[in-house]
Amino acid sequence: MVPVATFRHITIGQYIPGESLLHRLDPRTKILVTLLLVVGLFFIDTYLGYGLAALYIALAIFRSGIPPRFLFRGLRPVIIIILLTFMLNSFMTEGEILWQWGFLTLTKEGLSKGGMLAIRLILLIVGTSILTLTTSPLALTDGLESLLRPGKRIGIPAHELAMMMTIALRFIPTLLEETEKIMKAQMARGADFESGNLLQRARSLLPLLVPLFVSAFRRADELAVAMEARCYRGGEGRTKLKQLAFHTADFLVLAGSGCFVLWLALTM
Amino acid sequence: MMGNKESFIVVDKVSFSYTGEPGAKEETALDQVSLTIEAGEFVAIVGHNGSGKSTLAKHLNGLLLPTGGDVWVAGMNTKDEHHRWDIRQIVGMVFQNPDNQIVAATVEEDVAFGPENLGLPTELIRSRVDEALAVVGMSEYAEAPPHSLSGGQKQRVAIAGVIAMRPRCLVLDEPTAMLDPVGRREVMETISRLNEEEGITVVLITHFMDEAVKAHRVLVMDEGRIVREGQPAAVFQEIDLLRELRLDVPPVIELASRLRAKSLALPEAILTVDEMVTALCQLRSGV
Ligand SMILES: Nc1ncnc2c1ncn2[C@@H]1O[C@H](COP(=O)(O)OP(=O)(O)OP(=O)(O)O)[C@@H](O)[C@H]1O
Ligand SMILES: [Mg+2]
Repeated sequence: MVPVATFRHITIGQYIPGESLLHRLDPRTKILVTLLLVVGLFFIDTYLGYGLAALYIALAIFRSGIPPRFLFRGLRPVIIIILLTFMLNSFMTEGEILWQWGFLTLTKEGLSKGGMLAIRLILLIVGTSILTLTTSPLALTDGLESLLRPGKRIGIPAHELAMMMTIALRFIPTLLEETEKIMKAQMARGADFESGNLLQRARSLLPLLVPLFVSAFRRADELAVAMEARCYRGGEGRTKLKQLAFHTADFLVLAGSGCFVLWLALTM
Repeated sequence: MMGNKESFIVVDKVSFSYTGEPGAKEETALDQVSLTIEAGEFVAIVGHNGSGKSTLAKHLNGLLLPTGGDVWVAGMNTKDEHHRWDIRQIVGMVFQNPDNQIVAATVEEDVAFGPENLGLPTELIRSRVDEALAVVGMSEYAEAPPHSLSGGQKQRVAIAGVIAMRPRCLVLDEPTAMLDPVGRREVMETISRLNEEEGITVVLITHFMDEAVKAHRVLVMDEGRIVREGQPAAVFQEIDLLRELRLDVPPVIELASRLRAKSLALPEAILTVDEMVTALCQLRSGV
């Protein structure tokens, strides 16, 4: 018997609830600062600059109270990419040769460039992880909707995007649960999802996907009726239970981080 | 009849077909249905699968518009576009599958969905949400994600989501069909309380006759028509009719009828186990 994953207590995203300063910041503040940091990191090209940026991120991690292992967990899936970037740059850049073996030449310039790119990638991932670790998906959605709202004039459907995200967040666990149920039902009838070559395995997924799709469409249909029955008529004239609000801390963090990252990007 | 506007809800000779062709007989989901519902009433609608119960329910708040005839809610015609959202606010609907009517990823955000659509100010939404969750007894789950709740709890959240819009009428389309006995009891108690304590008009569609028995009035539907209407005590005495319409006969009523056949002098109005016990005890002390 093949064990079926249990999705019952799934959490979406990597949010770790907490009461720290970072947790309490307005999601818009965190999104903006993260965005700024991501862009800023591409302009830094000295080791001192990366050192300072790393220090800044370390401070944020410290203030968030999130155990650092959670941040490194985010790095695990991309470790290969980081290593590859480092190796390729180290061996493929022209310059002062440090070591040579066959056609492989390690250069000083390459080592420096590869190291910098690797550090940049690590800082990017760790930096953005702080955002998703300290902000619930719901708050993130609210923040994005609010930030995108001015873009409505140029055709960005801010409310609709946020609604889609909300509904996705609501239904992913339900659909996963249903997947599990259907898988068990099919396995009870002798379905085999695990063995065979790629083509056979893809084919064995068919009896899983068909009922799942049928049910998802039925759900969408019923949800639309239920939403209409509750007077949903788009974003126009809608208010919110949780209004986002900037506080003093938000202004301080925005101004402080803004100036610091700008300074790093321009001078380092 | 230009809509007897004194009544809260008036359904006046409503016909409906999903294909838009009222002519084709087998396509007719509703056939000249007329009915009035007074404010504060508790009405149950029963009928076998495909008899048109859900179709009728969706007419009560303008989710479907009649192909023929009119529906009036608090004096407003559901065909009148200007009143569409007023009517939907006055008549709230709860559906069978709790999973497919909960919109948001936390309980309180979902209950807030309706008031948010009404454009209420934030503080008012907050108080409505807290109040509605308290009424259905779900206050402690305000921050929980819906998928972590039991079926009965989810259905109570769905009811809270409608209550938060302050409707005067609640239409529930088989709200207990997917629930276990515990969930069914939770939901039925909530519905009864809303009707008795909050004075909310209730229209309950159900397959469970023991739920219909709790109503003030029962409507029996068959092939798009209302074929019987009356107090549960009267309607459920017609055991042969219920059988003919492929409906369950509540066990207590079945038992009462069999005892009467054995010439036991039981009164007509026995609907619940308690009433049966009382009647039997009286019989014995009478002997
Ligand atoms: N969306 C639809 N499109 C076409 N026909 C439909 C649709 N919904 C219902 N019908 C048909 O209309 C008739 C009445 O259906 P309705 O859903 O109102 O019955 P019901 O009494 O609610 O049944 P159930 O007890 O199964 O919920 C049925 O013959 C059904 O096949
Ligand atoms: Mg139905």
